[in-house]
Amino acid sequence: MRPATGASPAPDAAGLGRARATGFLVPAMVLILVFLVVPAAWTIYLGVTNYRLTGLAAANPEIVGLDNYTQALGDERFRTSLLLTLQFVLGSAVIGQAGLGFAIAFALRDRRGPLRRLVEGFVLLSWILPSSVVAFLWIALLDRDAGTLNALLGIPGMAWLLDYPMLSIIIFNTWRGTAFSMMLYAAALENVPRSHLETARLAGASTWQQLRDVVFPRIRGHVLTNLLLISLWTFNDFAPFLITAGGPEQRSEILPVYVYKVALSGGELGFGAAISFIMLLINLVIALVYLRMLGRRKEPA
Amino acid sequence: MTATTAPSAPTTAPPGPTGPTVAVRHVLAQIGRYTFLCAVLGFFALPLLWLATAPFDDTPTVTASLPQFTLDNFRALLDNPYALSSLLNSVYLAGGTAALVVVFAALAAYALSRVRVPGRDALLYGLLLLSSIVTGTATMVPLFELAFRLNLIDSRLGVILILSGGLLPAAIFILKDFMDSTPTSYEESARVFGASPLQIMRHIVVPVVRPGLATVGVWAVANVWGNFLVPFLLLRGPEKAPAAVIMYTLYTEGGQADLRLLSTFSLLYSLPVALMFVFVSSRYGFRFHGGIKR
Repeated sequence: MRPATGASPAPDAAGLGRARATGFLVPAMVLILVFLVVPAAWTIYLGVTNYRLTGLAAANPEIVGLDNYTQALGDERFRTSLLLTLQFVLGSAVIGQAGLGFAIAFALRDRRGPLRRLVEGFVLLSWILPSSVVAFLWIALLDRDAGTLNALLGIPGMAWLLDYPMLSIIIFNTWRGTAFSMMLYAAALENVPRSHLETARLAGASTWQQLRDVVFPRIRGHVLTNLLLISLWTFNDFAPFLITAGGPEQRSEILPVYVYKVALSGGELGFGAAISFIMLLINLVIALVYLRMLGRRKEPA
Repeated sequence: MTATTAPSAPTTAPPGPTGPTVAVRHVLAQIGRYTFLCAVLGFFALPLLWLATAPFDDTPTVTASLPQFTLDNFRALLDNPYALSSLLNSVYLAGGTAALVVVFAALAAYALSRVRVPGRDALLYGLLLLSSIVTGTATMVPLFELAFRLNLIDSRLGVILILSGGLLPAAIFILKDFMDSTPTSYEESARVFGASPLQIMRHIVVPVVRPGLATVGVWAVANVWGNFLVPFLLLRGPEKAPAAVIMYTLYTEGGQADLRLLSTFSLLYSLPVALMFVFVSSRYGFRFHGGIKR
Protein backbone atom coordinates (compact mmCIF):
# COMPACT_ATOMS: atom_id res chain seq x y z
CA MET A 1 0.00 0.00 0.00
CA ARG A 2 1.27 3.46 -0.91
CA PRO A 3 1.41 5.78 2.06
CA ALA A 4 -1.05 8.57 1.39
CA THR A 5 0.65 11.25 3.44
CA GLY A 6 4.19 10.63 2.18
CA ALA A 7 5.43 13.02 4.85
CA SER A 8 7.65 10.52 6.63
CA PRO A 9 11.40 10.99 6.44
CA ALA A 10 13.82 8.49 4.97
CA PRO A 11 12.98 4.97 6.06
CA ASP A 12 14.53 3.55 9.19
CA ALA A 13 17.13 6.15 10.08
CA ALA A 14 17.75 4.62 13.50
CA GLY A 15 18.25 1.11 12.17
CA LEU A 16 15.22 -0.14 14.00
CA GLY A 17 14.44 -3.03 11.68
CA ARG A 18 11.09 -4.67 11.09
CA ALA A 19 11.29 -6.95 14.12
CA ARG A 20 12.09 -4.26 16.62
CA ALA A 21 9.57 -1.89 15.10
CA THR A 22 6.93 -4.53 15.60
CA GLY A 23 8.09 -4.87 19.20
CA PHE A 24 7.61 -1.13 19.68
CA LEU A 25 4.11 -1.38 18.29
CA VAL A 26 2.91 -4.37 20.27
CA PRO A 27 2.13 -2.85 23.71
CA ALA A 28 -0.07 -0.10 22.27
CA MET A 29 -1.76 -2.44 19.81
CA VAL A 30 -2.55 -5.02 22.49
CA LEU A 31 -4.28 -2.41 24.67
CA ILE A 32 -6.20 -1.04 21.70
CA LEU A 33 -7.18 -4.51 20.58
CA VAL A 34 -8.40 -5.67 24.00
CA PHE A 35 -10.14 -2.50 25.16
CA LEU A 36 -11.36 -0.99 21.91
CA VAL A 37 -11.70 -3.62 19.18
CA VAL A 38 -12.94 -6.47 21.35
CA PRO A 39 -15.69 -4.40 23.04
CA ALA A 40 -16.91 -3.17 19.67
CA ALA A 41 -17.04 -6.71 18.29
CA TRP A 42 -18.53 -8.06 21.48
CA THR A 43 -21.38 -5.58 21.26
CA ILE A 44 -22.49 -7.32 18.10
CA TYR A 45 -22.42 -10.75 19.75
CA LEU A 46 -24.11 -9.68 23.00
CA GLY A 47 -26.79 -7.87 21.03
CA VAL A 48 -28.14 -11.13 19.61
CA THR A 49 -28.28 -12.92 22.99
CA ASN A 50 -30.68 -12.73 25.91
CA TYR A 51 -27.77 -12.22 28.29
CA ARG A 52 -28.69 -10.83 31.70
CA LEU A 53 -26.68 -9.60 34.66
CA THR A 54 -28.32 -12.04 37.07
CA GLY A 55 -30.61 -15.07 36.95
CA LEU A 56 -30.90 -18.01 34.61
CA ALA A 57 -29.95 -16.20 31.42
CA ALA A 58 -26.75 -15.00 33.12
CA ALA A 59 -25.40 -18.55 33.43
CA ASN A 60 -26.08 -19.74 29.91
CA PRO A 61 -27.29 -17.03 27.59
CA GLU A 62 -29.09 -18.11 24.43
CA ILE A 63 -28.86 -16.71 20.96
CA VAL A 64 -32.13 -14.96 20.26
CA GLY A 65 -31.28 -13.59 16.84
CA LEU A 66 -32.68 -10.18 16.04
CA ASP A 67 -35.30 -10.30 18.80
CA ASN A 68 -33.58 -7.53 20.75
CA TYR A 69 -33.66 -5.28 17.72
CA THR A 70 -37.29 -5.89 16.87
CA GLN A 71 -38.15 -5.45 20.53
CA ALA A 72 -36.24 -2.16 20.65
CA LEU A 73 -37.81 -0.77 17.50
CA GLY A 74 -41.25 -1.65 18.81
CA ASP A 75 -40.53 -0.18 22.22
CA GLU A 76 -42.17 3.15 22.96
CA ARG A 77 -39.49 4.04 25.50
CA PHE A 78 -36.66 3.43 23.01
CA ARG A 79 -38.32 5.50 20.30
CA THR A 80 -38.97 8.33 22.73
CA SER A 81 -35.35 8.16 23.84
CA LEU A 82 -34.13 8.34 20.24
CA LEU A 83 -36.31 11.37 19.64
CA LEU A 84 -35.07 13.09 22.80
CA THR A 85 -31.48 12.39 21.73
CA LEU A 86 -32.21 14.02 18.37
CA GLN A 87 -33.61 17.07 20.18
CA PHE A 88 -30.58 17.11 22.44
CA VAL A 89 -28.09 17.00 19.55
CA LEU A 90 -29.94 19.51 17.39
CA GLY A 91 -30.76 21.86 20.25
CA SER A 92 -27.55 21.86 22.22
CA ALA A 93 -24.90 21.07 19.61
CA VAL A 94 -26.06 22.28 16.20
CA ILE A 95 -28.05 25.31 17.35
CA GLY A 96 -26.64 25.96 20.80
CA GLN A 97 -22.91 25.29 20.68
CA ALA A 98 -22.25 25.99 17.02
CA GLY A 99 -24.56 29.02 16.88
CA LEU A 100 -23.38 30.62 20.09
CA GLY A 101 -19.76 29.65 19.44
CA PHE A 102 -19.83 31.30 16.03
CA ALA A 103 -21.62 34.39 17.37
CA ILE A 104 -19.01 34.86 20.10
CA ALA A 105 -16.11 34.29 17.71
CA PHE A 106 -17.62 36.77 15.23
CA ALA A 107 -18.29 39.40 17.89
CA LEU A 108 -14.70 39.08 19.12
CA ARG A 109 -13.06 38.76 15.70
CA ASP A 110 -11.16 42.07 15.73
CA ARG A 111 -10.86 42.47 19.48
CA ARG A 112 -7.69 42.00 21.46
CA GLY A 113 -7.21 42.80 25.09
CA PRO A 114 -9.04 42.28 28.38
CA LEU A 115 -12.65 41.94 27.18
CA ARG A 116 -11.74 39.17 24.77
CA ARG A 117 -9.63 37.36 27.35
CA LEU A 118 -12.39 37.63 29.94
CA VAL A 119 -15.11 36.24 27.66
CA GLU A 120 -12.87 33.48 26.31
CA GLY A 121 -11.68 32.64 29.81
CA PHE A 122 -15.17 32.05 31.16
CA VAL A 123 -16.30 30.11 28.10
CA LEU A 124 -13.23 27.88 28.32
CA LEU A 125 -13.59 27.44 32.08
CA SER A 126 -17.06 25.96 31.67
CA TRP A 127 -15.54 23.53 29.18
CA ILE A 128 -12.60 22.27 31.23
CA LEU A 129 -14.12 21.83 34.69
CA PRO A 130 -14.94 18.22 35.66
CA SER A 131 -18.43 17.16 34.60
CA SER A 132 -19.60 16.08 38.04
CA VAL A 133 -18.71 19.53 39.39
CA VAL A 134 -20.47 21.49 36.65
CA ALA A 135 -23.46 19.18 36.97
CA PHE A 136 -23.87 20.21 40.59
CA LEU A 137 -23.29 23.87 39.72
CA TRP A 138 -26.30 23.64 37.42
CA ILE A 139 -28.39 21.79 39.96
CA ALA A 140 -27.63 24.61 42.40
CA LEU A 141 -28.30 27.29 39.77
CA LEU A 142 -31.68 25.80 38.85
CA ASP A 143 -32.73 24.83 42.38
CA ARG A 144 -36.45 25.32 42.92
CA ASP A 145 -36.37 27.17 46.22
CA ALA A 146 -32.97 28.75 46.59
CA GLY A 147 -31.44 28.60 43.11
CA THR A 148 -29.53 31.66 41.93
CA LEU A 149 -31.52 31.81 38.71
CA ASN A 150 -34.91 31.99 40.44
CA ALA A 151 -33.52 34.53 42.89
CA LEU A 152 -32.35 36.70 39.99
CA LEU A 153 -35.57 36.36 38.01
CA GLY A 154 -37.67 36.81 41.15
CA ILE A 155 -39.71 33.65 40.56
CA PRO A 156 -39.07 31.39 43.56
CA GLY A 157 -40.64 27.95 43.25
CA MET A 158 -39.99 27.55 39.53
CA ALA A 159 -38.92 23.90 39.19
CA TRP A 160 -36.81 24.02 36.01
CA LEU A 161 -35.48 20.48 36.26
CA LEU A 162 -38.92 18.98 36.88
CA ASP A 163 -40.99 21.06 34.49
CA TYR A 164 -38.49 21.61 31.68
CA PRO A 165 -35.93 18.80 31.98
CA MET A 166 -35.00 18.68 28.26
CA LEU A 167 -34.69 22.44 27.97
CA SER A 168 -32.51 22.43 31.09
CA ILE A 169 -30.03 19.85 29.81
CA ILE A 170 -29.98 21.45 26.34
CA ILE A 171 -29.04 24.82 27.82
CA PHE A 172 -26.61 23.11 30.18
CA ASN A 173 -24.85 21.37 27.31
CA THR A 174 -24.74 24.58 25.28
CA TRP A 175 -23.00 26.24 28.21
CA ARG A 176 -20.74 23.25 28.66
CA GLY A 177 -19.49 22.78 25.11
CA THR A 178 -19.55 26.14 23.32
CA ALA A 179 -15.81 26.64 23.88
CA PHE A 180 -14.80 24.16 21.19
CA SER A 181 -16.94 25.82 18.51
CA MET A 182 -15.87 29.28 19.62
CA MET A 183 -12.18 28.44 19.25
CA LEU A 184 -12.66 26.64 15.97
CA TYR A 185 -14.59 29.54 14.45
CA ALA A 186 -12.12 32.06 15.88
CA ALA A 187 -9.38 30.22 14.00
CA ALA A 188 -11.55 29.99 10.88
CA LEU A 189 -12.37 33.69 10.90
CA GLU A 190 -8.67 34.55 10.76
CA ASN A 191 -8.83 33.24 7.19
CA VAL A 192 -11.44 35.80 6.19
CA PRO A 193 -9.60 38.91 4.97
CA ARG A 194 -10.64 41.91 7.04
CA SER A 195 -10.55 44.17 4.00
CA HIS A 196 -13.33 42.14 2.38
CA LEU A 197 -15.57 42.59 5.40
CA GLU A 198 -14.73 46.27 5.57
CA THR A 199 -15.51 46.74 1.90
CA ALA A 200 -18.81 44.93 2.24
CA ARG A 201 -19.73 46.98 5.29
CA LEU A 202 -18.94 50.26 3.60
CA ALA A 203 -20.91 49.20 0.56
CA GLY A 204 -23.85 49.08 2.94
CA ALA A 205 -24.18 45.34 3.42
CA SER A 206 -25.98 44.34 6.61
CA THR A 207 -24.30 42.03 9.08
CA TRP A 208 -26.41 39.17 7.80
CA GLN A 209 -25.40 39.89 4.18
CA GLN A 210 -21.75 40.10 5.18
CA LEU A 211 -22.02 36.72 6.88
CA ARG A 212 -23.79 35.11 3.97
CA ASP A 213 -21.70 36.51 1.13
CA VAL A 214 -18.25 37.08 2.60
CA VAL A 215 -17.76 34.96 5.70
CA PHE A 216 -19.69 31.78 5.19
CA PRO A 217 -18.28 30.75 1.78
CA ARG A 218 -14.78 30.90 3.26
CA ILE A 219 -15.42 28.84 6.38
CA ARG A 220 -17.77 26.21 4.98
CA GLY A 221 -15.27 23.41 5.63
CA HIS A 222 -14.81 24.48 9.24
CA VAL A 223 -18.56 24.61 9.77
CA LEU A 224 -18.99 21.03 8.56
CA THR A 225 -16.07 19.77 10.65
CA ASN A 226 -17.44 21.54 13.67
CA LEU A 227 -20.99 20.28 13.26
CA LEU A 228 -19.95 16.66 12.80
CA LEU A 229 -17.54 16.59 15.74
CA ILE A 230 -19.84 18.26 18.24
CA SER A 231 -22.75 16.11 17.09
CA LEU A 232 -20.68 13.00 17.69
CA TRP A 233 -19.61 14.16 21.15
CA THR A 234 -23.04 15.37 22.17
CA PHE A 235 -24.62 12.15 20.99
CA ASN A 236 -22.29 10.26 23.35
CA ASP A 237 -22.51 12.66 26.26
CA PHE A 238 -23.27 11.08 29.62
CA ALA A 239 -23.24 14.31 31.66
CA PRO A 240 -27.04 14.87 31.58
CA PHE A 241 -27.28 11.73 33.70
CA LEU A 242 -25.52 13.63 36.47
CA ILE A 243 -28.20 16.35 36.45
CA THR A 244 -31.55 14.72 35.74
CA ALA A 245 -30.67 10.99 35.60
CA GLY A 246 -33.15 10.78 32.72
CA GLY A 247 -36.07 11.95 34.80
CA PRO A 248 -38.61 12.97 35.72
CA GLU A 249 -40.55 10.04 34.22
CA GLN A 250 -37.94 9.47 31.50
CA ARG A 251 -38.64 12.88 30.02
CA SER A 252 -34.91 13.63 29.61
CA GLU A 253 -33.79 10.05 28.97
CA ILE A 254 -31.36 10.40 26.08
CA LEU A 255 -29.84 7.22 24.64
CA PRO A 256 -26.69 7.03 26.83
CA VAL A 257 -28.84 7.29 29.95
CA TYR A 258 -31.35 4.81 28.52
CA VAL A 259 -28.64 2.21 27.86
CA TYR A 260 -27.21 2.67 31.31
CA LYS A 261 -30.59 2.20 32.97
CA VAL A 262 -31.70 -0.77 30.88
CA ALA A 263 -28.43 -2.66 30.80
CA LEU A 264 -26.57 -1.86 34.01
CA SER A 265 -29.30 -0.86 36.46
CA GLY A 266 -31.91 -3.16 34.95
CA GLY A 267 -29.49 -5.98 34.17
CA GLU A 268 -30.70 -6.62 30.60
CA LEU A 269 -27.23 -6.78 29.10
CA GLY A 270 -28.26 -8.41 25.82
CA PHE A 271 -30.97 -5.87 25.10
CA GLY A 272 -28.67 -3.02 26.19
CA ALA A 273 -25.96 -4.29 23.83
CA ALA A 274 -28.41 -4.16 20.93
CA ILE A 275 -29.11 -0.50 21.72
CA SER A 276 -25.36 0.08 22.06
CA PHE A 277 -24.83 -1.39 18.62
CA ILE A 278 -27.39 0.99 17.15
CA MET A 279 -25.48 3.83 18.82
CA LEU A 280 -22.22 2.54 17.37
CA LEU A 281 -23.74 2.50 13.90
CA ILE A 282 -24.91 6.09 14.27
CA ASN A 283 -21.43 7.08 15.48
CA LEU A 284 -19.91 5.27 12.51
CA VAL A 285 -22.08 7.13 10.02
CA ILE A 286 -21.18 10.53 11.51
CA ALA A 287 -17.47 9.65 11.63
CA LEU A 288 -17.37 8.29 8.07
CA VAL A 289 -18.99 11.42 6.69
CA TYR A 290 -16.40 13.43 8.59
CA LEU A 291 -13.44 11.40 7.31
CA ARG A 292 -14.67 11.52 3.71
CA MET A 293 -14.93 15.26 3.98
CA LEU A 294 -11.42 15.58 5.40
CA GLY A 295 -10.08 13.48 2.55
CA ARG A 296 -11.88 15.55 -0.03
CA ARG A 297 -10.60 18.78 1.46
CA LYS A 298 -7.02 17.56 1.45
CA GLU A 299 -6.92 16.51 -2.20
CA PRO A 300 -7.61 19.74 -4.08
CA ALA A 301 -5.59 21.85 -1.61
CA MET B 1 -16.08 47.99 31.12
CA THR B 2 -17.23 48.57 27.58
CA ALA B 3 -16.10 52.17 27.63
CA THR B 4 -12.46 51.26 28.17
CA THR B 5 -12.29 49.10 25.07
CA ALA B 6 -13.97 51.43 22.64
CA PRO B 7 -13.53 50.33 19.03
CA SER B 8 -10.31 51.50 17.53
CA ALA B 9 -10.66 53.80 14.57
CA PRO B 10 -9.77 52.22 11.24
CA THR B 11 -6.18 53.04 10.42
CA THR B 12 -6.70 53.60 6.73
CA ALA B 13 -9.28 56.11 5.59
CA PRO B 14 -12.28 54.07 4.42
CA PRO B 15 -13.11 54.50 0.75
CA GLY B 16 -16.62 55.01 -0.53
CA PRO B 17 -19.68 56.48 1.14
CA THR B 18 -19.51 57.33 4.82
CA GLY B 19 -22.88 59.00 5.06
CA PRO B 20 -24.70 59.49 8.33
CA THR B 21 -26.85 56.35 7.94
CA VAL B 22 -23.76 54.16 7.70
CA ALA B 23 -22.28 55.83 10.78
CA VAL B 24 -25.49 55.44 12.75
CA ARG B 25 -25.74 51.83 11.79
CA HIS B 26 -22.14 51.30 12.78
CA VAL B 27 -22.78 52.74 16.25
CA LEU B 28 -25.90 50.61 16.64
CA ALA B 29 -23.96 47.54 15.60
CA GLN B 30 -21.29 48.31 18.20
CA ILE B 31 -23.92 48.72 20.93
CA GLY B 32 -25.52 45.47 19.87
CA ARG B 33 -22.20 43.72 19.91
CA TYR B 34 -21.27 44.82 23.42
CA THR B 35 -24.73 44.03 24.76
CA PHE B 36 -24.37 40.56 23.30
CA LEU B 37 -20.90 40.06 24.77
CA CYS B 38 -22.10 41.16 28.21
CA ALA B 39 -25.00 38.72 27.99
CA VAL B 40 -22.56 35.95 27.02
CA LEU B 41 -20.33 36.85 29.93
CA GLY B 42 -23.31 36.70 32.29
CA PHE B 43 -24.52 33.39 30.91
CA PHE B 44 -21.13 31.72 31.30
CA ALA B 45 -20.20 33.29 34.63
CA LEU B 46 -23.53 32.79 36.41
CA PRO B 47 -23.28 29.04 37.12
CA LEU B 48 -19.66 29.49 38.21
CA LEU B 49 -20.47 32.14 40.82
CA TRP B 50 -21.48 29.56 43.40
CA LEU B 51 -18.15 27.78 43.06
CA ALA B 52 -16.37 31.04 43.85
CA THR B 53 -18.51 32.14 46.80
CA ALA B 54 -19.92 29.10 48.63
CA PRO B 55 -16.62 27.54 49.77
CA PHE B 56 -15.83 30.72 51.72
CA ASP B 57 -19.30 31.38 53.13
CA ASP B 58 -19.84 30.52 56.80
CA THR B 59 -23.42 29.41 56.07
CA PRO B 60 -23.34 28.19 52.47
CA THR B 61 -26.66 27.74 50.67
CA VAL B 62 -27.24 26.78 47.05
CA THR B 63 -27.69 30.46 46.22
CA ALA B 64 -24.60 32.34 45.12
CA SER B 65 -24.20 35.36 47.38
CA LEU B 66 -21.51 37.54 48.89
CA PRO B 67 -19.91 35.30 51.52
CA GLN B 68 -19.43 35.94 55.21
CA PHE B 69 -15.81 35.08 54.76
CA THR B 70 -14.44 31.99 56.47
CA LEU B 71 -12.05 29.17 55.77
CA ASP B 72 -13.68 26.83 58.28
CA ASN B 73 -15.52 24.96 55.55
CA PHE B 74 -12.31 23.35 54.40
CA ARG B 75 -12.26 21.43 57.68
CA ALA B 76 -15.21 19.44 56.32
CA LEU B 77 -12.78 17.90 53.83
CA LEU B 78 -10.78 16.38 56.65
CA ASP B 79 -13.89 15.08 58.43
CA ASN B 80 -15.11 13.14 55.42
CA PRO B 81 -13.31 9.80 55.13
CA TYR B 82 -13.36 9.71 51.33
CA ALA B 83 -12.84 13.32 50.22
CA LEU B 84 -9.06 13.54 50.28
CA SER B 85 -8.43 9.90 49.45
CA SER B 86 -10.63 10.22 46.36
CA LEU B 87 -8.41 13.03 45.11
CA LEU B 88 -5.43 10.72 45.58
CA ASN B 89 -7.30 8.07 43.61
CA SER B 90 -7.82 10.59 40.82
CA VAL B 91 -4.12 11.40 40.82
CA TYR B 92 -3.35 7.69 40.64
CA LEU B 93 -5.76 7.05 37.75
CA ALA B 94 -4.72 10.16 35.81
CA GLY B 95 -1.00 9.62 36.41
CA GLY B 96 -1.13 5.93 35.57
CA THR B 97 -3.12 6.46 32.40
CA ALA B 98 -0.96 9.38 31.25
CA ALA B 99 2.25 7.41 31.84
CA LEU B 100 0.95 4.37 30.00
CA VAL B 101 -0.40 6.41 27.10
CA VAL B 102 2.73 8.53 26.69
CA VAL B 103 5.17 5.59 26.78
CA PHE B 104 3.17 3.20 24.61
CA ALA B 105 2.15 5.88 22.13
CA ALA B 106 5.70 7.20 21.83
CA LEU B 107 7.08 3.74 21.07
CA ALA B 108 4.36 2.99 18.55
CA ALA B 109 4.54 6.42 16.91
CA TYR B 110 8.31 6.16 16.55
CA ALA B 111 8.09 2.75 14.91
CA LEU B 112 5.34 3.97 12.57
CA SER B 113 7.23 7.12 11.73
CA ARG B 114 10.60 5.54 10.97
CA VAL B 115 9.83 2.12 9.53
CA ARG B 116 7.62 1.41 6.58
CA VAL B 117 5.08 -0.92 8.05
CA PRO B 118 2.77 -2.12 5.29
CA GLY B 119 -0.65 -0.50 5.49
CA ARG B 120 0.56 2.03 8.01
CA ASP B 121 -1.71 4.90 7.10
CA ALA B 122 -4.75 2.73 6.73
CA LEU B 123 -3.98 1.31 10.17
CA LEU B 124 -3.67 4.75 11.74
CA TYR B 125 -6.86 6.08 10.23
CA GLY B 126 -8.69 2.91 11.09
CA LEU B 127 -7.63 3.17 14.73
CA LEU B 128 -8.55 6.83 14.90
CA LEU B 129 -11.95 6.13 13.44
CA LEU B 130 -12.43 3.28 15.86
CA SER B 131 -11.49 5.34 18.90
CA SER B 132 -13.88 8.12 17.94
CA ILE B 133 -16.87 5.83 17.50
CA VAL B 134 -16.18 3.31 20.29
CA THR B 135 -16.89 5.68 23.14
CA GLY B 136 -17.35 4.61 26.73
CA THR B 137 -20.99 5.57 26.44
CA ALA B 138 -21.73 3.45 23.41
CA THR B 139 -19.81 0.43 24.69
CA MET B 140 -20.54 0.49 28.40
CA VAL B 141 -22.22 -2.91 28.21
CA PRO B 142 -19.32 -4.88 26.67
CA LEU B 143 -16.76 -2.92 28.69
CA PHE B 144 -18.53 -3.93 31.86
CA GLU B 145 -18.74 -7.53 30.65
CA LEU B 146 -15.08 -7.54 29.61
CA ALA B 147 -13.94 -6.15 32.94
CA PHE B 148 -16.03 -8.80 34.66
CA ARG B 149 -14.44 -11.64 32.67
CA LEU B 150 -10.91 -10.31 33.10
CA ASN B 151 -11.43 -9.89 36.83
CA LEU B 152 -11.00 -6.13 36.54
CA ILE B 153 -14.21 -5.12 38.32
CA ASP B 154 -13.38 -2.92 41.30
CA SER B 155 -9.80 -2.63 40.08
CA ARG B 156 -8.13 0.70 39.48
CA LEU B 157 -5.77 -0.98 37.04
CA GLY B 158 -8.83 -1.97 34.98
CA VAL B 159 -9.92 1.67 34.80
CA ILE B 160 -6.42 2.71 33.74
CA LEU B 161 -6.22 0.05 31.02
CA ILE B 162 -9.66 0.82 29.59
CA LEU B 163 -9.04 4.57 29.54
CA SER B 164 -5.60 4.04 27.96
CA GLY B 165 -7.07 1.87 25.21
CA GLY B 166 -9.45 4.68 24.32
CA LEU B 167 -6.83 7.44 24.34
CA LEU B 168 -3.98 5.61 22.57
CA PRO B 169 -5.06 5.97 18.91
CA ALA B 170 -5.32 9.75 19.07
CA ALA B 171 -2.09 9.92 21.10
CA ILE B 172 -0.21 7.85 18.50
CA PHE B 173 -1.62 10.06 15.77
CA ILE B 174 -0.47 13.28 17.48
CA LEU B 175 2.98 11.91 18.31
CA LYS B 176 3.58 10.47 14.86
CA ASP B 177 2.99 13.96 13.51
CA PHE B 178 5.64 15.30 15.88
CA MET B 179 8.12 12.56 14.97
CA ASP B 180 7.57 12.94 11.23
CA SER B 181 8.56 16.59 11.46
CA THR B 182 11.86 15.94 13.26
CA PRO B 183 14.96 15.38 11.11
CA THR B 184 16.52 11.93 11.12
CA SER B 185 20.10 13.12 10.70
CA TYR B 186 20.89 12.99 14.44
CA GLU B 187 19.65 9.44 14.62
CA GLU B 188 21.73 8.49 11.59
CA SER B 189 24.93 9.91 13.02
CA ALA B 190 24.25 8.35 16.42
CA ARG B 191 23.84 5.07 14.64
CA VAL B 192 27.12 5.52 12.84
CA PHE B 193 28.75 5.86 16.26
CA GLY B 194 27.19 2.59 17.35
CA ALA B 195 24.25 3.63 19.49
CA SER B 196 21.50 1.04 19.90
CA PRO B 197 17.92 1.85 18.85
CA LEU B 198 16.78 2.14 22.47
CA GLN B 199 19.68 4.47 23.27
CA ILE B 200 18.80 6.57 20.23
CA MET B 201 15.21 6.66 21.40
CA ARG B 202 16.13 7.73 24.92
CA HIS B 203 18.89 10.22 24.26
CA ILE B 204 17.91 11.71 20.91
CA VAL B 205 14.28 11.18 20.03
CA VAL B 206 12.69 11.80 23.44
CA PRO B 207 14.43 15.15 24.05
CA VAL B 208 13.51 16.34 20.56
CA VAL B 209 9.82 15.46 20.78
CA ARG B 210 9.44 16.44 24.43
CA PRO B 211 6.81 19.13 23.66
CA GLY B 212 4.74 16.47 21.93
CA LEU B 213 5.05 14.11 24.88
CA ALA B 214 4.02 16.91 27.25
CA THR B 215 1.00 17.74 25.08
CA VAL B 216 -0.16 14.15 25.08
CA GLY B 217 0.47 13.81 28.82
CA VAL B 218 -1.53 16.92 29.71
CA TRP B 219 -4.30 15.90 27.34
CA ALA B 220 -4.50 12.43 28.92
CA VAL B 221 -4.53 13.81 32.47
CA ALA B 222 -7.30 16.29 31.60
CA ASN B 223 -9.36 13.50 30.06
CA VAL B 224 -9.02 11.10 32.97
CA TRP B 225 -9.37 13.73 35.71
CA GLY B 226 -12.89 14.60 34.62
CA ASN B 227 -13.96 11.13 33.47
CA PHE B 228 -16.99 9.96 35.41
CA LEU B 229 -18.46 7.05 33.48
CA VAL B 230 -15.68 4.45 33.45
CA PRO B 231 -14.81 4.56 37.18
CA PHE B 232 -18.53 4.86 37.97
CA LEU B 233 -19.18 1.62 36.07
CA LEU B 234 -16.20 -0.38 37.26
CA LEU B 235 -15.33 0.63 40.81
CA ARG B 236 -17.64 -0.62 43.53
CA GLY B 237 -16.74 0.91 46.86
CA PRO B 238 -16.01 4.53 47.84
CA GLU B 239 -12.46 3.57 48.92
CA LYS B 240 -11.21 3.26 45.37
CA ALA B 241 -13.51 5.82 43.75
CA PRO B 242 -11.89 8.92 42.21
CA ALA B 243 -13.08 12.45 42.92
CA ALA B 244 -15.46 12.47 39.93
CA VAL B 245 -17.51 9.65 41.45
CA ILE B 246 -17.27 10.83 45.09
CA MET B 247 -18.46 14.28 43.97
CA TYR B 248 -21.54 12.69 42.44
CA THR B 249 -22.31 10.59 45.52
CA LEU B 250 -21.95 13.68 47.73
CA TYR B 251 -25.00 15.30 46.18
CA THR B 252 -27.08 12.28 45.30
CA GLU B 253 -26.77 10.00 48.28
CA GLY B 254 -28.25 10.33 51.72
CA GLY B 255 -30.70 13.12 52.44
CA GLN B 256 -29.52 16.68 52.93
CA ALA B 257 -26.29 17.42 51.08
CA ASP B 258 -23.51 18.87 53.20
CA LEU B 259 -22.88 22.11 51.36
CA ARG B 260 -19.71 22.94 53.27
CA LEU B 261 -18.17 19.70 52.10
CA LEU B 262 -19.67 19.89 48.63
CA SER B 263 -18.47 23.42 47.92
CA THR B 264 -14.94 23.03 49.23
CA PHE B 265 -14.56 19.65 47.57
CA SER B 266 -15.77 21.02 44.23
CA LEU B 267 -13.24 23.80 44.43
CA LEU B 268 -10.34 21.56 45.40
CA TYR B 269 -11.22 19.02 42.72
CA SER B 270 -11.56 21.71 40.02
CA LEU B 271 -8.40 23.57 40.93
CA PRO B 272 -5.81 21.23 39.31
CA VAL B 273 -7.44 21.34 35.86
CA ALA B 274 -7.97 25.08 36.13
CA LEU B 275 -4.31 25.60 37.04
CA MET B 276 -3.17 23.24 34.30
CA PHE B 277 -5.25 25.23 31.84
CA VAL B 278 -3.79 28.55 33.00
CA PHE B 279 -0.29 27.09 32.75
CA VAL B 280 -0.81 25.66 29.28
CA SER B 281 -2.52 28.75 27.91
CA SER B 282 0.05 31.15 29.33
CA ARG B 283 2.95 29.07 28.13
CA TYR B 284 1.80 27.84 24.74
CA GLY B 285 -1.35 29.86 24.12
CA PHE B 286 -4.64 28.04 24.02
CA ARG B 287 -5.14 28.16 20.29
CA PHE B 288 -6.52 25.64 17.99
CA HIS B 289 -4.87 22.63 16.46
CA GLY B 290 -7.73 20.20 16.11
CA GLY B 291 -9.92 18.57 18.71
CA ILE B 292 -8.08 18.12 21.96
CA LYS B 293 -10.94 16.97 24.09
CA ARG B 294 -13.74 14.51 23.88
